Amino acid sequence: MTSPPATDAVVIGASAGGLAAIGALLSALPAAYPLAVVVVQHIPADAADTLVRRFQRHCRLPVREAEDKDTVEPGIVFIAPADYHLMIEPDRRFSLSREERVNFSRPSIDILFETAAEAFCNRLVGVILTGASADGATGLAKIAAMGGTGVVQSPETAEVDVMPRAALAACAGARVLPLAAIGAFLARLIPESEAPCPPIS
Amino acid sequence: MTTDLVRMENERLEMRLLLEAIYQKSGYDFRGYASAHIKRRLEHVRNRAGLATFCEVTHRLIWDAEFFDSVLSALSINVTEMFRDPGFYRAVREQVLPVLKTYPFIKVWHAGCAAGQEVYSMAIVLAEEGMKDRAQIYATDINPPVLEIARRGIYPLDAVRHYTANYQKAGGASSFSEYYTADYDSVAVKTALKQNVLFSPHNLVTDGIFGEMHVIFCRNVLIYFGDDLQNKVIKLFLDSLCNGGFLCLGTKESLRFSEHADAFEVVDAREKIYRKRPALPTPEAEAE
Repeated sequence: MTSPPATDAVVIGASAGGLAAIGALLSALPAAYPLAVVVVQHIPADAADTLVRRFQRHCRLPVREAEDKDTVEPGIVFIAPADYHLMIEPDRRFSLSREERVNFSRPSIDILFETAAEAFCNRLVGVILTGASADGATGLAKIAAMGGTGVVQSPETAEVDVMPRAALAACAGARVLPLAAIGAFLARLIPESEAPCPPIS
Repeated sequence: MTTDLVRMENERLEMRLLLEAIYQKSGYDFRGYASAHIKRRLEHVRNRAGLATFCEVTHRLIWDAEFFDSVLSALSINVTEMFRDPGFYRAVREQVLPVLKTYPFIKVWHAGCAAGQEVYSMAIVLAEEGMKDRAQIYATDINPPVLEIARRGIYPLDAVRHYTANYQKAGGASSFSEYYTADYDSVAVKTALKQNVLFSPHNLVTDGIFGEMHVIFCRNVLIYFGDDLQNKVIKLFLDSLCNGGFLCLGTKESLRFSEHADAFEVVDAREKIYRKRPALPTPEAEAE
């Protein structure tokens, strides 16, 4: 495998079957992880609050719900709050929105991925996991177009393969890996000291 | 890859020019809004209109009044429901109303009321707590067509089942159906709920204070604003509140990043209910 790209942040999107898959990914990350991790898991609006506790059980890094205007800090796993879209602003801080559902979802993976791609450009890895929706496909293509890296769970290892297949159809250059290998891939990512793509105000 | 970066920077430049055009044309000021959000909305406008660039959008909105109005609508978020976030309404009943009941008369401001669902939700709560008759409710929004929907108080029937569930979760004491009359596919809020409610246009970004309030609701509006604008609007609320007045924000909003955070005490950290502290005496007042 080629050496991993210099990266500042990892964005992860999952839907049906995602709770177990995300838990497995997060458990693969070391306690001193140098990147920010941002997660959108589709979840019913009234099932809020449980995700953070659930994922924290699997994860050595602190897991938090992303709040409006929070900085996207390295070494923290941020979870999108239920019933809000989560975006990353050009200054690499979060913003939230309660506008209409996108791909029948709020939070929408596409919205996170598209805005993250503009904030982090080529220093971003986007991961699409199991799910029964096409959400995230457009966003992953945008990440690739901005020079970032797309990773898709291999459809045959996904609990539901609709989302990985949609992502691959939209983003042919994405790396296709089984779940366990994605964890290992993410654990090897490091931010290098080379000049990052400058945040634009 | 370089071309994508250049393209992105050029798009941002075009977007700033577009927002400047809206401002100079109308006084509506979106320049301080959170840019990821605004950019997505404008992309939606651009694609829907079949235009290639933000500059084409700018040109068209300058010359085409109808198009201008559609852009304005696209930039305001009006998605809401009655008793959204039921836990918030329970907290208001338990922690805010007991204090408000000690006043002979209260003024309530819903800032950014959209289509009015929250205004009527709170009117129901006030009525059930026996306070509706001694309350003046101001409901304001930037968007006149949406304000007209709020004033009419007519909502789709298929939303009502959800509203009813919210109402019950929010600690509603009676039957939600008492508060509306149903037609074929819509419901109309009963006239009694509209008494003492004044709907009026107000722009949080460019307009000022219009009264001294006992409680201000501004829920899920500040998330669309950048830092400077958030600070400016929170200062407006601070100046509009009486001492001990309440400020209620959206559940995922907070005063944490505001330069005016110290002027408020936290009443309910989870539901984001704050209370204005009495102003510290100025040095001149102390010397007297």
